[in-house]
Parts: sequence; structure tokens; C-alpha cells
Amino acid sequence: VSTAALDRVGLERETLARWLAWSGVALGALAFYLALPPVTARSPVVPVVVGGIGIVAGGIGLREGAGRRLGIGAMAAGALGIGLGVLATRSEVASLEQVFVWSALIAATLRAATPLTLAALGGIISERSGVVNIGLEGMLLMGAFFGFLGADKLEHWAWGIVCGVVAGAGLALVHAFVSIHLRADQIVSGTAVNFLALGITGYFFIEVYTDQGTPGEVSNIPSISIPGIRDLEFVGRAIGDMHLLIWVALVFVVLAHLLLFRTPAGLRLRAVGEHPKAADTVGISVYLTRYVAVVVSGALAGLGGVYLSNGITHSFNENLSAGRGFIALAAVIFGRWRPVAAFVACLLFGFTEALALRLPGAYGEDAAWTTLFRALPYVVTLVVVAGVVGRSIPPAAVGRPYVKQ
Amino acid sequence: LTEGPTVHQPGEVEPPIPESDTAAAKLARWQKAGGVVAPVMTAVLAFLAGGLVVAATGHNPIEVYRGVWNGTGFRWFYEVGSYEIGLPFSDAKVWFPWDPSSRAGEDLQQTLLLTATLILTGLAVAFAFRCGLFNIGGQGQYFAGAYFAIWIGSNFAGMNSFLHITFAVVAAALAGAAWAGIAGILKATVGAHEVITTIMLNWIALYTGLYLFGQGGPLQNELQEFSPTSDEVLESARLPVFWGDPFLQGLHVGLFIALGALVAFWIVINRTTLGYEVRAVGFNPEAARYGGISVARNYFLAMAIAGLFAGLAGAIDMLGWRFSIGFSDIQSSTIGFVGIAVALLGRNTALGVGLSALVFGALLNGTATRNIPPEAFDIPEQAGNLSLTIQALVLLFIGADILILYLWAKSGQRIGVGRRAAAPA
Repeated sequence: VSTAALDRVGLERETLARWLAWSGVALGALAFYLALPPVTARSPVVPVVVGGIGIVAGGIGLREGAGRRLGIGAMAAGALGIGLGVLATRSEVASLEQVFVWSALIAATLRAATPLTLAALGGIISERSGVVNIGLEGMLLMGAFFGFLGADKLEHWAWGIVCGVVAGAGLALVHAFVSIHLRADQIVSGTAVNFLALGITGYFFIEVYTDQGTPGEVSNIPSISIPGIRDLEFVGRAIGDMHLLIWVALVFVVLAHLLLFRTPAGLRLRAVGEHPKAADTVGISVYLTRYVAVVVSGALAGLGGVYLSNGITHSFNENLSAGRGFIALAAVIFGRWRPVAAFVACLLFGFTEALALRLPGAYGEDAAWTTLFRALPYVVTLVVVAGVVGRSIPPAAVGRPYVKQ
Repeated sequence: LTEGPTVHQPGEVEPPIPESDTAAAKLARWQKAGGVVAPVMTAVLAFLAGGLVVAATGHNPIEVYRGVWNGTGFRWFYEVGSYEIGLPFSDAKVWFPWDPSSRAGEDLQQTLLLTATLILTGLAVAFAFRCGLFNIGGQGQYFAGAYFAIWIGSNFAGMNSFLHITFAVVAAALAGAAWAGIAGILKATVGAHEVITTIMLNWIALYTGLYLFGQGGPLQNELQEFSPTSDEVLESARLPVFWGDPFLQGLHVGLFIALGALVAFWIVINRTTLGYEVRAVGFNPEAARYGGISVARNYFLAMAIAGLFAGLAGAIDMLGWRFSIGFSDIQSSTIGFVGIAVALLGRNTALGVGLSALVFGALLNGTATRNIPPEAFDIPEQAGNLSLTIQALVLLFIGADILILYLWAKSGQRIGVGRRAAAPA
């Protein structure tokens, strides 16, 4: 593209390149979408052509200066769209229609994203105060077990929430003490509380439920349905009948945003994470702020865990959290330590998880390779972390213990 | 360490203890200060606290720990008598104070089997740590090595035994290195945090294995259609057993591979340019960069070498005593994670990793279901969770002894850096 031509339409070369690369990403998504219901293109040519154009757009964008990351990302998105699209054209229309009931898929995405969102909000609050919380995984697990135990033994889901939140916050307190007061390496300490959670939940799981597993019937978290919305055709099935904790998570996203960016408390929290010495000088207690932030993050992750066991799986098993705490951490980074953006990332990961659970159904039970779909959320997380991480800058003092002078 | 408190002259500049020091720098300060006492205290405290958990849930901790101790096989050493053993490569027999074929001896073989693997998974964490990287992907790298060892070990029939073993071991180590190398490249090029990437790689490796060896998978055994396990490793690829029954998990020569790896680790870290660069990056990446060291290159190499050790661990497990890998083995394997505790308790040094691998090998074997007396735990699987809890406590207390050092430093005994600064210029 000649610079003169660009000048005439008043466009910067880089803007055009970036625009091209983003349309490459969109074309990659479109390539997959066209092969799915309701369009359900049956010829593999469709995704190949559309995705191919996406790759070319990404390639041109890369050459014209869209930046290496975006350009390569667009080309990867195009290739991924081709791969998934061709896979979809090879499976039965009936089973595709069974998997890609979009309203149900949206509902499943929101469910899967809720534990991630709550944990990610916790991660944001903790890291904004300057404490890395690798222990989110363990706090989710504590919430999952004790949330289930509480709902089972105290016979009400509300007690389950209380128990799960307290358990998550309790584990966070250990992490806070070791990494704030004892100034241990925060990553080592986080890993330690992850192990601790595995040991404690595993121990009490066997102690309480022996090898019978958890009972099928416990007091479940209720759904909140909105009368007007529930009866709508598509939206009703997607969001008309959602669990209480999904609503809570949505509200918390907004609250966390307001807290961080619109209140004095949020400003103090961020100050402690960016420049603890300056915060200390103006009279903000660095230790107290960090303690509160870490414990709150544990409570949030614990709440996410409660929803995981009581809302999604309806049972508990050892290591139920299965890496979700780390996926939430990836969402924190992807969202650049901002609640709303992290929530969007959680939706992406939640969608992947919902898809990974449903896709094997499209290929029949016999197809052994569909086991690989279960790795999909982890692959997507890996790709996302690799793709965006260099562009996001963490709070300046994150991971550094503060020594009061 | 018994020197008196350093006297600071008025106007003397405080010795530069970096405040926001990296994990590796902190480690160095600790090693100078704590010596061997701190890790031993850490382990003892963790075991005591683990006992409290047992007591709190209404079991008898003394009985449990006695069961664990008996299970470790260490009692073999104090069951002294008059026995004889055969010398290698001959029929000659010589007098020996311990019974080579007692039950305690068998237990000790099991402990040492686990020790060999743990040395390698521990080194996988330690090597990366010396470069300032926290490799919690040892489990996935172990899987990568194990899959390759199984695949090569169960194919290529008719190969010379030495070649077959070498082929399988080298391929497994390289597979582990490649798997860890992904995280290394991502760290080096785009700065993706290795903790997240290695955890994701663990899960990807796990599901890949469930696919490969699961029902209908490409590497599932051909003999039993409904058994989701791999083929058996062929006779020619099995590591020779030098103590005990080769068919009942006797002690194989993988122990010497692990000990060799310890020596190699020490030499590379302390006596080579690569080790110097890795440590420099671990202490302070910025300073290393100004010194002309490529930080990216060292991040990649450190991860790849770490993965090499973990891949080796997978190889000696598969070729030494497991001989096959199944669906449930993959789902329940945690040996790579124990490597984290091994490395940190061992202070990321060669000798330390060796000793703490022995401690954790004994702990894992002692808390294995078959070793727990029924009167101690009604459900013996509990003991496995006890050992997990003890590992977690070890990691937590490793954090805590920074407090001890801090108080120590405060009380005037300037450690390491301080002493050097106090010497006349």
C-alpha cells in the first residue's frame, strides 16, 4: 500500500495494518462459526477459504507494521479457525446441533466462568496490593470442599457458602502471614498453601466421606429467575435462570471495578501495590492493607470454590479445582489487573471449558481422541498467556515484601 | 558465625543488602547463614505439625509415625547380624553385617527407588531455581519422559540391551527438555510467567497421556482391549536390578543415574560458564544483562536442562520398575510435585537435594498404604494425605526461616554481605 494513497484517505499506515490484523482474527472466528449451527456449512472449503483470507490479512498486517504479536496472533487465529471449522464439517449435523445450542452454551459458559471470575477478582485485589497469590488454586479447593461439607452437614447451602468463604480466607491468612510478615518468597508460599489445601481437603474428604464419595443430595444453591426474561426465546434460555452465585459474581465484577478505581480505599490499595514506601509515608498501613487484600482474595476464591462444587459438579473429589486457580491467574494477567477485562478473559476460558465438555458428544463416545478436547482450556490459556503477557504491566511492587523503616 | 557483632563506625555506609532481592539472592544469603541446621529444623517442625493434624483428628500420631518409620526400611541398618552377599561379576561371597534379603531390606529398596526418582525431579526444580525460575512443571516433564521411555522401551524388539536402554533414556530426557523448553522459550521471548505456563503444560501432558494410553488410544496395549494401559517394556530395555528381586521392584541401576545427575548438576552449576551465567541471571537478571550475559538464552537453557532431569526421572521409573503406564497411574502421579519440596528443603544444592530426596523418598514409602498399620488409620489412604500435608508444611517453614535469619541479622550478626563489608578495604 503506497503511503501517498494512505495520506489521501487520512489513515496512518499502522492503523490500517492493525485494523487488517484484527479483521484476520475476526475471520478466523468466522471460519469456525460458519461451520456450526445455525449456518452449518458442510463443505470444508468454506472454513478453509474464510480462515485463509484471515491468515493472509494477518500476514499483510504483520508486514505493514501491526506488530509481531498481533500479526502472528491473527495468523494463528485464522489457522485455528480452519482447523476447528474443518473438524466441525466432518461431524454429524445432528450432533453439532446438539453441542452448539448457543443459548445452552452461553448458560454453560457463564457457569464455568463464575469460579474463575471470583478467583480472578481475588487475584486482582491481592496483586494490586503487591502480593502475588499463586495460592488461588488452593483457596478454590478449600472453598470447594468446605462449601460442600457445610451444605451437607449443616443442611443449608448458605452455611456452605459461609464455610467455604471462611476456609478460603483462612488459607489466605496463612499465605498473608508467611509472605507479608515473614517475607517469604511469595511464589514459594503460594505453592505451599496449594499443597496444604490438597493435603487438608484430601485428608478430611477421606475422613468424612471415606471412599463412598460425596452424597448426591445436598442443599443446592438456588437459581434466580427473572420473570420477564425467562420467557424470552433465546435470551431466556441463556440467562433467564441463573444460579445465585453467577449474579453475585457479576455484581462483584462491577463492585471491584468501582472499589479499585472510584474509592479512596481503592486508591490506597493501588498505592500500596505501586509504591509502598510512598503509601507508608502518607500514613497508609502497608501491612494492614496487604493483609486485608490477601484475606479478601482468599474469601473470593473460596466463594468461587463453593460454586464449583455445589453449583457445577454437585460433588467433591480430590483436586477438584484442577488448575482453575492458575487459569484465573492467567485471566488476571490477560485483563491487565482490571476486573472487567479479567471477567471477559474468564468468559473466554469458561466458553472453552463448556465447549471441551460438550464437544466429545459430537463425535460419539468411541472416538478416543476426543479425550484431547479436555486439554483445550489449558491450551487456550497457554496461548493467551503467551500472546498477551508482554503487553501487560503488573503493579510495580508486586511480589516484593515491604520492610517498614 | 560466632564473630561478635559488627561495630559500625559513624558515617560508615550500611552494607548493601538488596531489599527487593530475587529468590536466588535470598537463597544465597540463607545458605551462608543457616547451614544445615535450618533445613533440619524445618523438616522436624513439619513432622511435628503433621503429627498435630493426625492427633487433632483422633488418631495416635506416635503409632502412625512408628508405622511410617518401619515402612521406610531404615530399620534394616540396625538389624545387624552375620550374612553374606555375592560380589558383582563373580560367584564369590563375602561376609556382610546386614541381611540382604530381609523384609526391611525390601522396604529400603522401595525407599531408594523413590529417592532416585525424587533426586531427579528435585534437580528439575533446583536447576531452574538457580536461574531465578520456579519450575512447577516437573510433573508434566516427567510424563513427557515417561511416555517416550514406554514407547521406545516397548518397541524396537531385538535391539541390543545397552543400546535399547540408552536410546530410551536419552529420548526420554530430550522429551522432558523439549516440554520444559516450551515454557523456557515463552519466558525468554514474551516473558510469560513460567508458573502459569508450566502448570498448563502439566495438564496438557496429563490429558495427552490419557489419550495415548487410554481406551482406544494409539499406544494402548494390544493384548487386553479393555485395559487402559500401555504395552509392557521389553526385557532388553529394562534397567538391571542390583539388589533384590527384579520381578518384585528390586533396586535398579537408575539410582546410579540419579547420583550421576547430582554430580553433573554440581559440576555444571559450580564449575562451568553455563552454570556461572545461570547463577548470575538468578541473582540479578538486570546486572547479568549489563554484564553481557544473554538472559533469554539462559532462561531457555535453564528450563530445558531442568526438563532434562525430570524426563530422566520418567525414564528410570518406567524402565526400572513400573514397566508400563496406565490411565490411573497418570491420574494419580504426583512425584514431579514432590520434587518442589525436595529442591527447596535441599536448598537447591546438589548435596541438599540428595539428602532431602532420601527424606521424602522415605516419607512417601513409609506413608504408602501397605506400610500403615491398620490400628493407626482405619483408612490407610489417609497416610498419603498426611505426607502431602507434611510437604506443604516444609514449604511453609522454609518461608518461615527467613524470619529467623531476619532476627539474626537484626541482632547485629551481619550475615555474609555484612562480614565482607566489615573487613578492612
